[in-house]
Amino acid sequence: MDSGDVARALARIAHEIIERNKGASRVVLVGILTRGVHLAERLSRAIAEIEGVAVPTGSLDIGLYRDDIGMREPAPLAPVRVPDIDGKTIVLVDDVLYTGRSIRAALDALIDLGRPNAVQLAVLVDRGHRELPIRADYVGKNIPTAHNEEVQVHVSELEGDDSVVLGTVDEPARKEASR
Amino acid sequence: MIKHLLSIRDLDADGITRVLDTAGAFRENMGRKYPTLRLKTVVNFFYESSTRTRTSFELAAKRLSADVLNFASGGSSVEKGESLKDTAQTIEAMGVDCIIIRHSSAGAANRLADWVSASVINAGDGMHEHPTQALLDLFTIRQHVPTFEGLRVAIVGDVLHSRVARSDVIGLQTMGADVTLVAPPTLLPPGVDSWGVRVATHLDPVLRELDVCYLLRMQLERQKSGYVPTLREYARLWGLDRRRAAMLPERALIMHPGPMNRGVEIAADVAEFERAVITDQVTNGIAVRQALLYLILGGPEVKEGGPDAG
Repeated sequence: MDSGDVARALARIAHEIIERNKGASRVVLVGILTRGVHLAERLSRAIAEIEGVAVPTGSLDIGLYRDDIGMREPAPLAPVRVPDIDGKTIVLVDDVLYTGRSIRAALDALIDLGRPNAVQLAVLVDRGHRELPIRADYVGKNIPTAHNEEVQVHVSELEGDDSVVLGTVDEPARKEASR
Repeated sequence: MIKHLLSIRDLDADGITRVLDTAGAFRENMGRKYPTLRLKTVVNFFYESSTRTRTSFELAAKRLSADVLNFASGGSSVEKGESLKDTAQTIEAMGVDCIIIRHSSAGAANRLADWVSASVINAGDGMHEHPTQALLDLFTIRQHVPTFEGLRVAIVGDVLHSRVARSDVIGLQTMGADVTLVAPPTLLPPGVDSWGVRVATHLDPVLRELDVCYLLRMQLERQKSGYVPTLREYARLWGLDRRRAAMLPERALIMHPGPMNRGVEIAADVAEFERAVITDQVTNGIAVRQALLYLILGGPEVKEGGPDAG
């Protein structure tokens, strides 16, 4: 996906979020660090342009909720900054949906912060290979992959360009990258 | 990450920065509880009285969902004459992951680390070190200054008996700060020349140059031995009173490890100044200890002497 593809995918997801929730007045977009946060902010701007309402955004660090704690070096942590979620419809935003383990951790982290009315999931890329019963409500693009492939998402805020590239990596490097 | 924290020397500048960065995340979400260490057991092993350090470690461990055992020497098998080694091995046999030890003998934490396979964190050993105090002090300073490089810090008071001073000097130097020790000659440790710090016996000339004025607790229980003529005289010559506080640069921080002797090393009203960050130090202590427990217990088991050790 090039920057045009990414922009069109995000624009479509913004429309879908509005359509499904009959507006966006009760929606809070919560990005999973790091790239999910930038994607959530872009979705918020897109929704504001379409609907004329400001959609609050938040950033969620899932390091303390991971299911592989004690199995690898502790992940660096960032503060959780999430607005009030009680009674709101939360759209979790992440760049790549893969095993589903990050989303499981994110759900636990989110529920510790309050009781949302509903939680939905938006991802830029769904690459398959789920290990948990989790699915996305909004998908930018489905990209079938093999385990030894790597999906690299670039966002202009961090890498200077918007793109999604599929690469091949050897097994140890893949494990490193999936951190 | 390291397996034990016995001395602040166990962490280099990158290691300290990693602890402080991690603590920053905990500090911003203070009061939250996380499931992270729910399968871990932490023992507070305190051979010396302590309120803030023990409760701070206990709260830090509980906020990460670890099970916490508190073990004080009073009212335990220690009173029946059990040795440190036997007590430690008994506790270890119960399957603990981390032992936090305070002991009146320098080196107690190091000995313990040789005897047990659990991680050991030094919460103060005699007049030797108190590394988590140094970390929380560094964290508190970093909340107010952009860099430690060239930061001018004075540590004032009973340096001789102070494990806080030892750990703070090493930690501050590791991060690039300039440290001056200010104390009556009787309360300077022998060999202080080799510490790489400036030494002064008068406080007034030092004050105008400071970014941080760190006051040590006058250990009242030790003052019967005649290190200073009277506490009143100590307060007059080395205490931070209103007049001296006014000589500090406007943004200089006033710090104290607690518990304070108001009217001795710090005047009662000076301790309430906005620049006195003494209660921040207490709150930050919890965040720093959460970070440390997460980094030490949240990773794969570190084999001592392995590539990740140290």
